[in-house]
Amino acid sequence: MSTGVSPVVELVAAGLLVLSGVLVLVSAIGFLRLPDFFLRMHPPALAYTLASWCVAAAAVLYFSALESRMVLRPLLIPVLLAFTVPVTTVLLARATVFRRRKRGAADVPEPLTSASEVAKPEQAER
Amino acid sequence: MTALIPAPRTSAVLFGLWLALTPTTGPGQVLLGVLLALAIPAITARLHAADGQARRPLAIARYAAIVMLDVLVSNAQVAWGVLRGRWRPPKSGFVVVPLDLRDPVGLAMLAIVTTIIPGTVWTELALDRDRLLLHVWDFDDEAAFVARYKARYEQPLREIFER
Repeated sequence: MSTGVSPVVELVAAGLLVLSGVLVLVSAIGFLRLPDFFLRMHPPALAYTLASWCVAAAAVLYFSALESRMVLRPLLIPVLLAFTVPVTTVLLARATVFRRRKRGAADVPEPLTSASEVAKPEQAER
Repeated sequence: MTALIPAPRTSAVLFGLWLALTPTTGPGQVLLGVLLALAIPAITARLHAADGQARRPLAIARYAAIVMLDVLVSNAQVAWGVLRGRWRPPKSGFVVVPLDLRDPVGLAMLAIVTTIIPGTVWTELALDRDRLLLHVWDFDDEAAFVARYKARYEQPLREIFER
């Protein structure tokens, strides 16, 4: 099967994809088995960082070789992930801390901002 | 001109991003890109704390390299921690980091970096931006973790955004 891409490139791209798959698998195992919500927030980071970088790198490598020019477009995937994922993770963490405090759970720290400070009108916010 | 393009850098990035995302670059896509590049900064103007405060491209490049390197290392650490979790659970917990960085764009960058590096979850920022609550995957010494976090991730952002 000849696709016009050298076997070395195919091998490296395949290796990157396998590594990505392994990372996602480990991430899923951690997500499934860890006992606490905050512990479970850590393994998905493997999927949206190195695993996605590997897929993007494999795509850049393979399609650059296939089309004989630099194809950098796949790199946008990790860049856009880096800017969008924090929105959800921060929101999830905030919501969980809030709910646990409401419930009076002992496993989350006290709020960093006291209720009286929150009630004060905000000044010089910018 | 400044009224039409209040945030030239944001507009330029949006325009470039649009052209990079569309598979074909025809006049229609260019026009759509221009419209988006003009409309999005205008619509989100009230959300912008500051635009284009980052300077020192060398410091930015150095910081990006450090963060990418740490992402690789932390990926290995968290993956290893998950796999051996059964017989040695990670010593995780909440850590309060006192902050010196005040620039809102800098803090947003710090939130991104903290999220991107496996093993730290940005949990809460005090209203006066004085302290930060993190959940850390595995650490031995809280003081050592805080010192490393501040020196490695916060200090470069102060140099980039606050000088």
